[in-house]
Amino acid sequence: MHVESKLRKPLITGGKTLSDVSDDISKRVEEKPSISWYIAMAISNITLAVGAYAVYRTLWDGIGMWGLNKTVMWAWDITNFVWWVGIGHAGTLISAILLLFRQRWRMSINRSAEAMTIFAVICAAMFPLLHMGRLWIGLVWVLPLPNTYGSLWVNFASPLLWDVFAITTYFSVSLVFWYIGLIPDFATIRDRAKIAGKKIRAFIYGTLSFGWDGAAKTWSRYETVSLVLAGLATPLVLSVHTIVSMDFATSVIPGWHTTIFPPYFVAGAIFSGFAMVLTLLIITRKVYNLEDYITIKHLELMNIVIIVTGSIVGIAYLTELFMAWYSGVEYEQYAFYNRVTGPYWWAYWSMMTCNVISPQLFWFKKIRTNIAATFIISIIVNIGMWFERFVIIVTSLHRDFLPSSWAMFYPTIYDVGMYLFTFGLFFTAYLAFSKYFPVINMAEVKSILKHTGEKVKNK
Amino acid sequence: MDDKGKKFIVGIFEDEDILLDAITSVRDKGVNIYEVYSPFPVHGIENRLGYKRSRLSIAAFCFGFLGTCLALTMMIGMMTIDWPMIIGGKDFLPLPVFIPVTFEMTVLLAAFGMVGTFLVVSDLKPWGKPKTFDLRSTNDKHVMAIELDNNKIDSKKIKTILNTSGASEVNDKVMDL
Repeated sequence: MHVESKLRKPLITGGKTLSDVSDDISKRVEEKPSISWYIAMAISNITLAVGAYAVYRTLWDGIGMWGLNKTVMWAWDITNFVWWVGIGHAGTLISAILLLFRQRWRMSINRSAEAMTIFAVICAAMFPLLHMGRLWIGLVWVLPLPNTYGSLWVNFASPLLWDVFAITTYFSVSLVFWYIGLIPDFATIRDRAKIAGKKIRAFIYGTLSFGWDGAAKTWSRYETVSLVLAGLATPLVLSVHTIVSMDFATSVIPGWHTTIFPPYFVAGAIFSGFAMVLTLLIITRKVYNLEDYITIKHLELMNIVIIVTGSIVGIAYLTELFMAWYSGVEYEQYAFYNRVTGPYWWAYWSMMTCNVISPQLFWFKKIRTNIAATFIISIIVNIGMWFERFVIIVTSLHRDFLPSSWAMFYPTIYDVGMYLFTFGLFFTAYLAFSKYFPVINMAEVKSILKHTGEKVKNK
Repeated sequence: MDDKGKKFIVGIFEDEDILLDAITSVRDKGVNIYEVYSPFPVHGIENRLGYKRSRLSIAAFCFGFLGTCLALTMMIGMMTIDWPMIIGGKDFLPLPVFIPVTFEMTVLLAAFGMVGTFLVVSDLKPWGKPKTFDLRSTNDKHVMAIELDNNKIDSKKIKTILNTSGASEVNDKVMDL
């Protein structure tokens, strides 16, 4: 039997019973959406539609619509891509790495974090896909397909191609992991619909639940599958941003060509991913009254992850500066001197303030257990992480090897529109998820109720 | 399968620890349990029911190994045999360069192969029909199903055994399985 210290605070408060868990979570799927949900959905759809116009112009007129120039040939597209992929790291980290570490607090947050991961990776994929211009031809460039260009295969020595494999694998494995977890909960909703006599709902969720009945044999296999998937997904999470960082690190551009990139990018990804999870969960728990499931304790633990990864990122920034100086290479030194004091100094210092200084406030218990403060800092961190990618990409490119070709990058409204498009896509998908899917893993929460529920703890 | 279906006795349990003890005591008394249905994974239940450890991890390994082989065959076939090119001064068989894609393909096939195997062996499919002995078994009750034809002990005795081992309800159920 599982024994847990009485000193640990309960993970689920409010003296919930098993059927309370089913009621609280399934009710959100069963009831009619609230007015605020419709308003949020409308705003997301409008954003998506406005963004779709930018996508249309990009596809029709080409990427000349963006603000790129010969010197800065990569800017917002790749910045947004890396930003979204980074955000997509929290979900699988929470469900896989925290599962291996037996962190039970993951159980209240893994479902929505994984959903966020999947939607964020879709948003990220939009940028390289649309950057290819003609998607239908682009498939031959990124997939090892037989073709009539003289059997010209894809280049497996290119990190950009590794990225294709890494992100496709990450997306599909995360999707499968998420869906396997959803099956038992769909069965709960199906059986509730049967009891309530709702035939259509019972049919839809019955199909989604794959005929799950909760047999002990199936649960035993399910546990094995979860554990092995967690074991597979753990190195996968770390590999994805490692490979994304190699897009830069394997080049010869001063400012990109550094060996610190893989761990630094992975830490940054977890940092930004947790920030986005916090932003979303603070709203979700408020709107859906989930305060008993996602407690202050959960938010505090996530804030601690933010301090740790934020500090790693901070040390990485300083290490980069030190190594630039210590290398004695004048070009490397200039790249960083220009980054800190050049025309993009404001981006660099925004990044430093948002990513290095603001999370340090979480050392104070008052701040890391304060919801408003957590919400604000989580947004600041997300802004900071966007600036980090912008700084790395644009400041390393805009003053290149020939001073005559030095340039600045100015985004056009189509750059902004593309970014809006992904925001619209992300929030539309997240809102749809939070309405039609159970936002908390009911089965897993039920399994810890007996040991960490408030009723047992306070006996 | 006859028209009437199979006869079952269904014991409902409220608590997982009572359930675990009940499984042991019911089995000790010589009753064959058809299956136990729970709303959440109960740890240690497979040992009490005498189930063997799942071999899905072996399936994952085999599929993963297949992924490794496929990835290496693909890359060596394309970059070394079919169209050899020198890229970045590396030779025609640049193994370190192949590591990332090999790793991703291994993980991809291991995960999909294992999940596919899991769905097939557990008979989970979109048009699948659940064996619902009690609709509450996905909400808050543990359900122990005992098939009458599979037991020599008569139904009255089985009901007494279930009641004494902590079942909160004992019902008869005919299932068309």
